[in-house]
Amino acid sequence: MPNVMIRRKPDGKLQFYVAKQDMEETVATIEKDTAEEWGGAIELTDGSKWYIDPISPPPVFPTTLRFKRG
Amino acid sequence: MTNLTKEETQALIAEVLEIYPEKAKKDRAKHLTVNDQSVEQSKKCITSNRKSLPGVMTIRGCAYAGSKGVVWGPIKDMIHISHGPVGCGQYSRAGRRNYYVGTTGINTFGTMNFTSDFQEKDIVFGGDKKLAKLIGEIETLFPLAKGISVQSECPIGLIGDDIEAVSKKASKELNKPVVPVRCEGFRGVSQSLGHHIANDAVRDWVLSNRDGDNSFQTTPYDVSIIGDYNIGGDAWSSRTLLEEMGLRVVAQWSGDGTLAEMELTPKVKLNLLHCYRSMNYISRHMEEKYGIPWVEYNFFGPTKIAESLRKIASYFDDTIKAGAERVIERYKAEYEAVIAKYKPRLQGKRVMLYIGGLRPRHVIGAYEDLGMEVVGTGYEFAHNDDYDRTIKEMGNATLIYDDVTGYEFEEFVKKIKPDLIGSGIKEKYIFQKMGIPFRQMHSWDYSGPYHGYDGFAIFARDMDMTLNNPCWGKMKAPWIKDEAAPAIAAAA
Ligand code: SF4
Repeated sequence: MPNVMIRRKPDGKLQFYVAKQDMEETVATIEKDTAEEWGGAIELTDGSKWYIDPISPPPVFPTTLRFKRG
Repeated sequence: MTNLTKEETQALIAEVLEIYPEKAKKDRAKHLTVNDQSVEQSKKCITSNRKSLPGVMTIRGCAYAGSKGVVWGPIKDMIHISHGPVGCGQYSRAGRRNYYVGTTGINTFGTMNFTSDFQEKDIVFGGDKKLAKLIGEIETLFPLAKGISVQSECPIGLIGDDIEAVSKKASKELNKPVVPVRCEGFRGVSQSLGHHIANDAVRDWVLSNRDGDNSFQTTPYDVSIIGDYNIGGDAWSSRTLLEEMGLRVVAQWSGDGTLAEMELTPKVKLNLLHCYRSMNYISRHMEEKYGIPWVEYNFFGPTKIAESLRKIASYFDDTIKAGAERVIERYKAEYEAVIAKYKPRLQGKRVMLYIGGLRPRHVIGAYEDLGMEVVGTGYEFAHNDDYDRTIKEMGNATLIYDDVTGYEFEEFVKKIKPDLIGSGIKEKYIFQKMGIPFRQMHSWDYSGPYHGYDGFAIFARDMDMTLNNPCWGKMKAPWIKDEAAPAIAAAA
């Protein structure tokens, strides 16, 4: 369950950053991304899958969240 | 010599690896690659930030070097104690050429070496008492020091001293920040972890000191320069450009920087990040905690400078955007003259680099502005996010090497035969003796600054001075006739 920092990149996409692994990836798809909640299964552009219990109301980025490997 | 194709470069890597035993070969193969711009993620082609192999000559430093030498050392109005034996601090003293203004020994301390000079008895009985005494002496001798940092060397972690307790107590007594930094040299695989530890120490002990204190007058144009160590005056030649375009530089991290500047950084509107590797951690922290965005920029060579000035300006209103254009316009005649003068002398020359931090990718643009080509590059202590950023900057089929060993570097150079090499002092004399022009690119070979438009003029002059030096034609005694005269000699 790594700590992941999610921030919005200048191009508007979300960046998925794992400090421990120096991993900088872009979020490709998010299961739940509405005005009420944010999270669920997340897929990154490198194809890896992660999971976080949906958060409501959606968090303000940048923020650090704990993800599970999905 | 013409450039290698992808297959030839691959064959070269295979040939160089041949000499290693099976296991070492397998390991090193992962750190060497042929650049392919179509690769999106560097982790597919190169491994980095791994422990160096025992037995090879690596060019890396230790975590203490990353913290004391790079991040903390240049903060000029603090005293940085090299806590442990005397050598670590003494042999690296003032070698990095972080320029600063101030009176050394009175209100600034950059080039001085403070150490607790551990002896056998300190190792056996612990050094906490000595540290407390030392901090007291510093306060008596240098009352104008604004703060103290305790930079741990290897033994501190080994004997289990409690520097945090000593620091906390001293900080209360002196009413000044005393920052314990756990940057023992054995931590991590290179100086890179030292940067991270130092960033974390800044975060925990300095950054929030002025939270809730709004006495500082802010403007909408406040920025800070993060990750510029003012080597030979680099931060100064960057700062003038930013100020000219209408921004106010509140803090310089950490070249010519002060403790007060660091404490005020959370009040700025934008963090400008030059050395991503050593200070991205604190920038990310400030983004999360204070909502300050950060932007990477590159002030080497006019093309990249113009690109960066515009990128920075895009975070602000039209006055700054106009300011950026004005700055670019103002220096145009100047840098065009530099290019007109030096490009004909340097055109087509091929460069190999092996440096640290940001330079293996940042200086590529400056060489290209002079018509030169970087055919090989590599980092001492990069992580994959650095290589992600490098792949796009380098040409296809060029060589990329991570934590290159002394042997590999020499072999690559023998085969690729570059016209110029840029690396560190340890490599300098090997290659000069091989007859290849060399620039020491860590501290600019006692020259600089290289950042900004002013720096570019110096950069171009230095490259020309080195490459076209008549000495390269005199590498052989005149009576030794050699039909295959070295290519470099012909150029001189
Ligand atoms: S590895 Fe340890 S002993 Fe060597 S310079 Fe670094 S801190 Fe000092």
